[in-house]
Amino acid sequence: MTFELQASLRARSFEMSLSLEDGETVAILGPNGAGKSTLLGVIAGLLRPDSGSARIGDKELFNLDDGTNFWSPPHLRGTALLAQEALLFPHLNALDNVAFGPRSAGASTATARETAQHWLAEVDAANLAKRKPSQLSGGQAQRVAVARALAAEPELLLLDEPMAALDIHAAPLLRRVLKRVLEGRKAIVVTHDVLDAYMLADRVMVVEKGRMVEEGPTRDVLERPRSHFAAGLAGLNLVTGTITGDGITTPDGRVFAGQHDSGWSPSPGQAGVAAFPPSSVSVFLGDVHGSPRNSFPVTITDLEPYGDQIRVRAGDSAQALSADITPAASADLGLVPGMEVRFVVKSALVSVYPA
Amino acid sequence: MNRKSASGYHGIPRWVYAVAAVGGLLVVLPLVAMVAKVNWPQFLPLITSDSSVAALGLSLRTSAASTVLCIVLGVPLALVLARGEFPGQRLLRAFVLLPLVLPPVVGGIALLYTFGRQGLLGKSLELAGIQIAFSTTAVVLAQTFVAMPFLVVSLEGALRSAGSKYEAVAATLGARPTTVLRRVTLPLVLPGLASGAVLSFARSLGEFGATLTFAGSLEGITRTLPLEIYLQRETDADAAVALSLVLVAVAVAVVGLSYGRRRSSTPVEVRP
Repeated sequence: MTFELQASLRARSFEMSLSLEDGETVAILGPNGAGKSTLLGVIAGLLRPDSGSARIGDKELFNLDDGTNFWSPPHLRGTALLAQEALLFPHLNALDNVAFGPRSAGASTATARETAQHWLAEVDAANLAKRKPSQLSGGQAQRVAVARALAAEPELLLLDEPMAALDIHAAPLLRRVLKRVLEGRKAIVVTHDVLDAYMLADRVMVVEKGRMVEEGPTRDVLERPRSHFAAGLAGLNLVTGTITGDGITTPDGRVFAGQHDSGWSPSPGQAGVAAFPPSSVSVFLGDVHGSPRNSFPVTITDLEPYGDQIRVRAGDSAQALSADITPAASADLGLVPGMEVRFVVKSALVSVYPA
Repeated sequence: MNRKSASGYHGIPRWVYAVAAVGGLLVVLPLVAMVAKVNWPQFLPLITSDSSVAALGLSLRTSAASTVLCIVLGVPLALVLARGEFPGQRLLRAFVLLPLVLPPVVGGIALLYTFGRQGLLGKSLELAGIQIAFSTTAVVLAQTFVAMPFLVVSLEGALRSAGSKYEAVAATLGARPTTVLRRVTLPLVLPGLASGAVLSFARSLGEFGATLTFAGSLEGITRTLPLEIYLQRETDADAAVALSLVLVAVAVAVVGLSYGRRRSSTPVEVRP
């Protein structure tokens, strides 16, 4: 029972296709307004695209192509949606909230409550059964909402930033619960958080401006990012350009020497990217003697604390670079935004691979 | 509903209290004046006369019936106005709210030309052997005509502030639209529906102009309490005052009961 979707919605310049194997969880990563929630809305049947089609196995969700105009309403799709807010029905207690799906499917009150008990236990919330939503904390409410979505026995579970509204103490517990219940289940998780992608997803898709820009197994995408967004999530500097013998050359003529991935023989002229951690970048004042490779004059745009380091950002957004240096070094150099300095990158820590 | 503490800053200028006091007096003073005029020794005999009891009973029965009719017709109207999307929606809202600003006597004339013997529908109904004008049915119709906007306005506001997020979630959990309406939408807006129904009942109870025009003033059939009071005022001022007090008491009881109940129940909490 694979899930396949292809849809476009011109008003939001949204154009995406996506497929999920049985039991696969995909994380959708991307900046705000990239079209992540639009994607979930289209799948759940809450938003109608201009064209496209989607199916789960043999069951068509919608088909607006080739003159057909088939649109299945949300309640017949089997795609339960879990949003940032738990949205538990305020007039029902936790148990009856979870029993809502089974009841809607035609189960008797007693059977539905039994099912609800089971799912509440699955999310470690059995003791909350009698509470009204107003008596639950944010994390508790969200766990009950997970149980409610699962109790509806969805063929595809849609999670729209389920951890975003939780405080940092509640998120880890919910993440553990989700990891357990998503095992072997078809699910799409929209998230901002790289940890969610690592822990919950088999595969990630990076979307920007309504388009998919990158896709692959979670590990690969985060270790070898090809989009600026994924690089930002993985905490890496990313530079795009064309491959040369020992690195890449950017469109504005800067040369980054680095290490090619083993088992890959680059052909010069091919489009490539260079990725390196901010900790591999040093900051100098004035000219640097010796090898001029991987040494670039830049203008500092921002300084901010980052762990026990100072993160120095420089350059405009498209080819921005970051360096992490100690607060002492920053004070010694007297760094302030607007200052012209030189970034030097250790070539041993630069990974070069095809774009 | 957290009460403001006595020491909290409320930012109301002193002179506002003075103007507010004048406003409050404008409502309360006439009531006090009326109570002062009540002929207490004769009070019970006056309000238990046959015509008075008949009028009060008719008023309560017709108001209850028109409130039910307001709910049956007004809930779908409010849903369609708050959630639907169709051409002419704004126009429909304007027309539904028209009875709020229309003089009731004009509403009565309009109803007469719809359901009266020579009316738009009345002619056909007459052929079918149904006569509505100057019957108790006409009283209920007139009351529904003037009272329904109160329910629609109150419920539409509640529907809008509740938003449709809960309905969307309910649908993705597999609930059919009718199930969503019954198990999610209506329970969520129940306080708004209740206060709308109470307002409709109170408005029906006080209805005079449209009833007199469309239903006439036949004792025991169409002469509701307000009509009885108006009639008695000509001949027996003491009876009119006594019945007015009864009407005030019933209205205060209905409104007070519903607001008291709402305050004690837990308000619907929507987490941000």
